[in-house]
Amino acid sequence: MMSKRLACIFLMLVLTGINKISLAYGYPITDPFEASVLGTPKELKAKMPDKIDIKTQQIKVFEDRITPAVFWYNENLTFTMATQEGAAPLIFIIAGTGSNSNSPKADALLRIFYQAGFHVVALGSPTHPNFIVSASTNSVPGNIQEDSEDLYNVMQLIWKNIRNDVTVTEFYLTGYSLGGAQSAFISKLDEKRRIFDFSKVLMINPPVNLYNSVNILDDLLISNVPGGLDNIDEFITETMDQFSAFYSSGNFIDTDEEFLYEAFKQFKADQKKLAAVIGISFRISAAEMYFTSDVVNNEGYIVPKNLVLTSTSSLTDYMIVSLRISFADYFNEYFYPYFQARQSDLNKQALIARTSLESIEDYLTSSKKIGLVTNQDDFILAPGEIDYLKRVFKSRAKIYPNGGHCGNMDYKENAAYMVDFFNN
Amino acid sequence: MLLLGIGAITGCSTVPKQQKEIIPAQRTLNKNDDDTYPLRIYDPLERFNRGVYKFNAKFDQFVFLPAVQVYEFIIPEIAQTGINNFFSNLSELTNLTNSILQLKPKSSAYAVSRFLINSTAGIGGLWDHASAWGIHRHPEDFGQTLGHYGVGNGPYLVLPVLGPMNTRDGAGRLVDSLAYGAVFYWQAFNLNSHRGAGSAFAATRAVNTRKQIEFRYYQSGSPFEYDLIRYLYTQKRKLEIAK
Repeated sequence: MMSKRLACIFLMLVLTGINKISLAYGYPITDPFEASVLGTPKELKAKMPDKIDIKTQQIKVFEDRITPAVFWYNENLTFTMATQEGAAPLIFIIAGTGSNSNSPKADALLRIFYQAGFHVVALGSPTHPNFIVSASTNSVPGNIQEDSEDLYNVMQLIWKNIRNDVTVTEFYLTGYSLGGAQSAFISKLDEKRRIFDFSKVLMINPPVNLYNSVNILDDLLISNVPGGLDNIDEFITETMDQFSAFYSSGNFIDTDEEFLYEAFKQFKADQKKLAAVIGISFRISAAEMYFTSDVVNNEGYIVPKNLVLTSTSSLTDYMIVSLRISFADYFNEYFYPYFQARQSDLNKQALIARTSLESIEDYLTSSKKIGLVTNQDDFILAPGEIDYLKRVFKSRAKIYPNGGHCGNMDYKENAAYMVDFFNN
Repeated sequence: MLLLGIGAITGCSTVPKQQKEIIPAQRTLNKNDDDTYPLRIYDPLERFNRGVYKFNAKFDQFVFLPAVQVYEFIIPEIAQTGINNFFSNLSELTNLTNSILQLKPKSSAYAVSRFLINSTAGIGGLWDHASAWGIHRHPEDFGQTLGHYGVGNGPYLVLPVLGPMNTRDGAGRLVDSLAYGAVFYWQAFNLNSHRGAGSAFAATRAVNTRKQIEFRYYQSGSPFEYDLIRYLYTQKRKLEIAK
């Protein structure tokens, strides 16, 4: 009896010990929303070079495409690049939803991989207005397979342009958030076309099913605004006032999703607001995407059909209308009808399934070169999806206990893991 | 049909205008999206402003930013800091006059102390010792002074090269630059009689000012950048006036 109790205590100690080892992960922020908004504290970030020659480049993707006058500044695709002197592997980075290639997260990855000795080329997301206007075949973002084809096309163009200037030993591919999911689809495309023959592909905090993840992000706003959606204007004003306070204290200014994150980091947000703020920053990116897609395709969803906007037209009314569109509305009123018009037997479920990693599950299971990094508490994953990832990727899945959505990406341990993944 | 034909002819004779029938959008404004909607800012000159905004983006791309690059290439970094400190020191004049006008003794004392310390120990303003000693800048301008006494924003304005502002702040800047010119161009440095030196002074000041601002037009790629900047500018000034 006594020995049994001792054995029990011993077992408990061992178990808690093991527990401690698995908790020994040092990323300090345990609230997933806070992690996503605040990112990694400065002193815990991976060492990155301050001074590297990052080139912002522009490329004309479709020679004969006529850009709508109102989007004159997005005629060419923008990408960023940093190359080594000698021979090195080249890694492509694909940014997350609504982000451009120079967004803070893409920039952090660029620096981490440059520091590791790679040539780096970072691309904006096909959901960013710059990509929608300049590089998307149908300019209706969200269909991962088609968006990945567009990315693949752009990667080839860039490679064609730079291949005489850099010595490349092999190709790697990575992306975070939506860019993570796209990396897998691109890798699959490349298996057939063999342009790059990627030796390693790393997915960072990808959605499993894009439709689920976007609904989750949209709900963060809808269910966290005090008083419900009717008060969204007031809530946006109040939050914007707080952002303005940040703006007045510095000279940083940018309007993408990550500007809002940067802003919040500075003046320690009201905890209750975090979820709604992530929702708002997502909503602004989404509104920009809906509007841009509608104008390029002249679909008459937000802007009257056949109305020609110029660089001096007021867009304020359209912004107000766009900000009020939920993702569910967009999917039902715009996205689904667009694809159904091109394939009449397409039902909603089939379209949703296409945007899921499940549609390429066999490839993900069998392809040993693909790795996954994510967090147990990444809130863009629906219930059961984290287990799905564990099941599919098995030992190729690195799942940290905390970090939220992409909050720990540039934490030193994460950065070391990512670099090791490619080097081994 | 005839009307359409006439429309097509007149349309072709000038710019290619609207040719197809305009069909109302599926999504429209709500009834209560009137002037009180938070993201709306009084902007009666919007077309003009948006045109200038585009001009400024081009000017930035082809003139201003290349000038900053040349400047950064030629001038050693330590000298760039010195030059920035120098102009910052001169601008204490603006801070001082406006602090006095707003009856703010603390800001006035800061401006005077900073100017005295940096002009002497900082050798003509090239070093900013005052900040190192904890005496920080308290920026005040005539736009803020007007705002302090209750003058409203007036219509939003985007001016060539100068960028976003509103009518009140535009008038404020004019007054500030007249005072600045009167003191430095005509009196202190006598730049008015040395045209070459005067131009060099003005050009260096402009390039230095642009260098300090991280903002790049359309870097966000957002179709609503103009609206967001207009809103942020208005909020920023509101806060600065309240400060």
